[in-house]
Formats: sequence, C-alpha cells, structure tokens
Amino acid sequence: MKVPLSRLAHTRSGDKGDMVNIGVIAWRAEDYPALAREVTAGRVFEFFRDRVAGPVERFEAPNLGALNFLLHGALGGGGTLSLRIDSQGKTFGAALLRMEIEIDG
Amino acid sequence: MIRIANGQGFWGDWLEAPVRLVEQGPIDYLTLDYLAEVTMAVLEKQRQKNPDLGFATDFPPLIGRLAPALRQKRIRVVSNAGGLNPGACAREVLRRAPGLKVAIVKGDNVTARIGEFVAKGHALENIYTGETIGKIADRILSANAYLGAFPLAQALAAGADVVISGRCADSALLLAPCIHEFGWKTDAWDLLAAGVTAGHIVECGTQTTGGNSQVDWRNIPDLDEIGYPIAEMEPDGTFAITKHAGTGGRVNSDIVKEQLLYEIGDPRSYLGPDAVADFTGLCLADESPGRVRVTGARGRERPPSLKLNINYAAGWKAIGSLVYTAPDAIAKAQAADRIVRRRLEKLGLQFDEIYTEYLGWNACHGQAAPPASEVPEVQVRIGVRGQDRSAVDRFTREMAPLVLSGPPGATGYGGEGRPKVREVVGNWGALIPRGEIQTSVEVFE
Repeated sequence: MKVPLSRLAHTRSGDKGDMVNIGVIAWRAEDYPALAREVTAGRVFEFFRDRVAGPVERFEAPNLGALNFLLHGALGGGGTLSLRIDSQGKTFGAALLRMEIEIDG
Repeated sequence: MIRIANGQGFWGDWLEAPVRLVEQGPIDYLTLDYLAEVTMAVLEKQRQKNPDLGFATDFPPLIGRLAPALRQKRIRVVSNAGGLNPGACAREVLRRAPGLKVAIVKGDNVTARIGEFVAKGHALENIYTGETIGKIADRILSANAYLGAFPLAQALAAGADVVISGRCADSALLLAPCIHEFGWKTDAWDLLAAGVTAGHIVECGTQTTGGNSQVDWRNIPDLDEIGYPIAEMEPDGTFAITKHAGTGGRVNSDIVKEQLLYEIGDPRSYLGPDAVADFTGLCLADESPGRVRVTGARGRERPPSLKLNINYAAGWKAIGSLVYTAPDAIAKAQAADRIVRRRLEKLGLQFDEIYTEYLGWNACHGQAAPPASEVPEVQVRIGVRGQDRSAVDRFTREMAPLVLSGPPGATGYGGEGRPKVREVVGNWGALIPRGEIQTSVEVFE
C-alpha cells in the first residue's frame, strides 16, 4: 500500500552552496530496507523537478537507518544570490515527507 | 573526561545561551561559533569602513559579562569570533575583561594573496561548478582558508583563557580542546575524526538538543529554556552528547541523527582540515534520558588541500511582495505577477533572474504542495537580481502601483514600504595546497 514518507521517516535539510542536503532517517531501524528501496535518487529528483536542476546524489548510512541526499543546483544560486523565501533549503526535508512510498500492507 | 559546550550556533543566536551554559552546570570549555560562509563578506565591508571592526561584535561584551564566572570556574573559551580582524577583537575583549589571557590565531585571511596564488599556478577553480577564478577575480570581497584545530590547540597550550580565531572549520572549535587535553597527534585519524564528529554534532547549537527537530516536536519541553549542547569527550575518542540538567529541549538518538546528517554530503567522507570523518561506523545509544553515547568514529588521512571560502560581489537584488485575498486569491496574485513582468520588460530592464513565488500556497513545497484550491489569502513575492543597480532600483517602484491599478483586493504593502535594494554576495569554494597557508599564534595579556 502507498503511504507518505512521513510514516516511515523524519528529515532535516539545509544548504551547501547551491545544493540542498536532505537527511532521511527511519523511525524504526527495521524500516530502513523499505526506505532504501523506495526513496531512490531518481524519485527524489522527480519530486523536486520543478525547482532542482540536478543531479541528485544519494548516500547510505544503514548504521543510522538513514539516507542522505545532495540536490545539486537547488537554490537559485545559493547564499545571498537566491531570490527564494527558502534560500537555504530548510523546508525541503518537510516537503519530501509528502512523497508517497509503497510498503507491505 | 572533558565537557565542551557550544553556546552559539551562528552569529545572531540566543544571547543568553553562553551565560546559562556557564552558570547552570559544569563545563570545561565553551565554544562559540559565529561564522557562516557569507559572514566573512559582511565583516569585510565593516572592516573597510572602520579598520577596528571586522569581527563578531557580540563577542567582547559577552566575555566581559562572563569573565568573573570564567575565572572562578576555570572555563576556557574557544571561538571564531575574530572573523577578519582577530587582533581588534582581542583588544576589545581585553578592554572589557582585563586580566584574561587572550590568544589569536592568524593565517586564514588570504584576501590579499589571491593574485599571488594564481601567479603560482593554483587554479582556484570552483569546487562546485569547475569555473575558473578569472570569472570573479576583479570582484573578490574576502578569501579565507578553513584552518584546522591544531593552531587553536597551540593557543590553548600557550595558556590562553580565550582563544580567538578567524575562519576555521566549525568543528575545530571542539577538536582543539581535545587535542590540547588528550595529546591527540596529527595522524591519529580515528581520534581526530571523533572530535570532528562531536564538533559537527554540536556546531549548530540547539539543533541537537531539540530545536528545529521533527522528533515529537509538540512534546519537546520548554523550548524557551532550551539547553545548549555539551559533548563529554573521552581520551579514547568516544563521547556523550547531553545538556545541563533542568534545561528545556531534549537530547535523544533520533534528534542527534538529524543533526549528524545536517549539511554533510557523503556520510562516509565528511571532509575536514584535520581528518576525513566516516559516520557510517558510528553507533548511537540512548544511555540515559538526555544522554546519547557515540562510539565507532572512524577517520582517514586529512586531504592535501585546505578549502578556501571566497566571497565576491555578485550584483544587486530586491524582493517585493503584495497580499491578495479571496475570492480567487491565487489567480489575482498571478495576474499581478504578469503585470509587473510586462512593465519591467517594456522598460527594457535587464536582470539575471526574476523569480516569483506564492507564500501561503506553494513557495516552500513547490509541485508537492496541494493543488491551488480556494485559499483565503496568498502573498505574491517577486524577486529580481542583476548587475545593474539602477534596474533593480527601478523594480522596487513597480510593486506599489498595483494596489490601485492591479487586480482587486491587494494589501500588505504599507507595512514594509518600498523593497530595499541589497548587494548580493556570491560564495566561491576552492582548494589551496596546505603549504601555502602558514598559521601563527599571538598572545595578548
């Protein structure tokens, strides 16, 4: 069945130059494999396609039950160049919680 | 074991935090992190206007206020408050807290040396985009190397009560006392990585004690009295993250994980000037309520280069906004945006970018936001950025007329007035071989 990512994970995001870094952490260690299967770099890129030039890199930290994403070209220049209200990408993590993922019912 | 607290996550953090850390429980070292990437450019502008400025001006009065308690409790302070002018910062600290022994770390500021580096054949290409430095060479405002912890440890070894550096890795503020107290060597990669890891966990202050956390945020107690983080460091590189008893906020392993991943890129290779830290062997355990034990830090050899943070003048920008109300709030806001853009176009103004977003609808969540249904009100926010200041200035006069000549129901203009034209500072990351950066320590008494 489909559920929002928020059922399985919590997130925190911030900037790194013109990139956004999003940490995605499983609430329960046993849900990490589902996260790793469902939350791919491609799907995250698709999710933010309207605002992110890409590419999107994914890193794995199974010891933390966590994935980390680096979204390149994500902030309209980064730093003080950005014209966006969220010029440091602080809300990208919260947005990603809306992503629908498939889990065993 | 030594207790190292961080009382400022950025310049502008809570002024009371360092005072409470000193008063509400035992600590051995107080670190204070003031410098974000863009801060150096702001400081450079201040220093150009007044050669006695260019440092974090919150710091000297804070040390003046803390001095009696620092002396009585034998707490030492390590901070990057020096910015671009550690010497002036030290003199101001001594004026407010005479009798303290203050040391500064020098060598990070290479603003005047960019031409020399290029002449020597260092490309200084942008580590994110690959562009060559020539693109911005005539517009550089500041250039600083991220120093490691060893020069700061040297200042502690010289007996300083207060160590003031300029640009250094944020985590160096915590690593320096570890090196000084435990005698960690320059090639003890696992130990240095442990210090880098702990430093990263506390560098953003309360982001590791319950602030900005999604972990049961409604029930995190007393955020108005939130405790700032303390790392209890052991000589073997293990440590615990905690906060003073009786303070607000919360420390648990879920919250610490959020901070561990914050802005790090690859968790296998968190690059620092003193070691490359690998977070993928870490083990976080909730040892007791409010205390997370961290073990398993691993490190690899430090990179051959240091990172440079170069700020450059990148033009001008202004952002204006109006609020539209129902019915059809979003349609009205979109119509207003079209009118502004047509007027700018007909005026022949050139911009690098015009960006519009709708606060209250999709500014933060973009295409993931719910569909544009009937929202009661929405703020249209239009930003322009360009190299021609007069064009940006002209834009600031194109918002207000819409109140009378655009779609019905506009408000929210009067409170903020005409948009301000702001200078844009670009940030350029580059690498420089370590040998080009010489550090030194100077002691003031």
